[in-house]
Amino acid sequence: MDATTILFWIFASISCAAAVAVVATQNVVRMAFWLIVSLGSVAGLYFLLSADFVAATQLLIYVGGTLVLLIFGVMLTATGPYSQIRTSPGEALLAGGVGSLFLAMIITTVVSVDWDSLAAIQQQDPSYASYAHEPGFNPAEEGNTARPLGLKMLGISLEDLGRTDGSLSHGYLLPFEIVSIHLLVVLIGASYLARAKRRSRPDQPS
Amino acid sequence: MIRLANDPQYRKVLPDMGTIGLEHFLMVGAVLFVAGVVCMATRRNAIGVLMGVELVLNGANINFVAFARYMPLGLDGQVISLFVIVLAAAEAAVALAIALSFYNSHLTVDVDRGDRLQG
Repeated sequence: MDATTILFWIFASISCAAAVAVVATQNVVRMAFWLIVSLGSVAGLYFLLSADFVAATQLLIYVGGTLVLLIFGVMLTATGPYSQIRTSPGEALLAGGVGSLFLAMIITTVVSVDWDSLAAIQQQDPSYASYAHEPGFNPAEEGNTARPLGLKMLGISLEDLGRTDGSLSHGYLLPFEIVSIHLLVVLIGASYLARAKRRSRPDQPS
Repeated sequence: MIRLANDPQYRKVLPDMGTIGLEHFLMVGAVLFVAGVVCMATRRNAIGVLMGVELVLNGANINFVAFARYMPLGLDGQVISLFVIVLAAAEAAVALAIALSFYNSHLTVDVDRGDRLQG
């Protein structure tokens, strides 16, 4: 066993076990902790897949941003020191049964597909094969993905440099702009929704 | 850019994954996805439902990045996963604002109590 295999099994087992622990725990704060563990080891899996920029973004935005937001939500909405809203055992049993059936279905589907021959078929596809073996500047293959990703966001693709037929691959300038506007709208909407209000009585319509 | 696992030219530059194939990553993604769906379905705490959504989005993201590594898709899978991460952050912000607003009016985050619309 080489280091990659060992690291994969370590990160995969930690992330799966922490995801199951998120479901099994009743305390919301412990759920948030297990979620941090799970998302952190998913970032490790991204590093193994040589997606360094996505992994760093995962650590920064998810573990550093979203989880802090969630924990603030837990703090602001907790009614007691150990706030738990219990799920009944029957519901938990039913959810576990349905969940394991669902998992068995997905894993059976994944195993039954021959991914290598599918990749080979896609490589025979002329839209991929036209630049398959052209020499070109391609730093993404060395796991150094920040610059190609940033250029893709601007609509420029480094993968097109080796092409001779003049066709271009996908650019993502418009989705990038849409996401920018989306984040602005979300910021305004969230601050509008969460602004300080006079608290109304619980059982009367406000 | 072809990122094919069985391409000898390609195997020189990317680190060798050994016996780990695409299926392994898809299975990890499946476990996270199912855990998130079960979490969304069984939690009565609104914040717990949000954590289930985060797990589901992460399971999908693993699939995107793994397909970008093993199939001839190039960097497109990674770009999509970046968009998913950004949208998940935005969704968490809005959903937490809604949960706070719900808590301000109901004094609880139990989603079973949100029955004012008589649904």
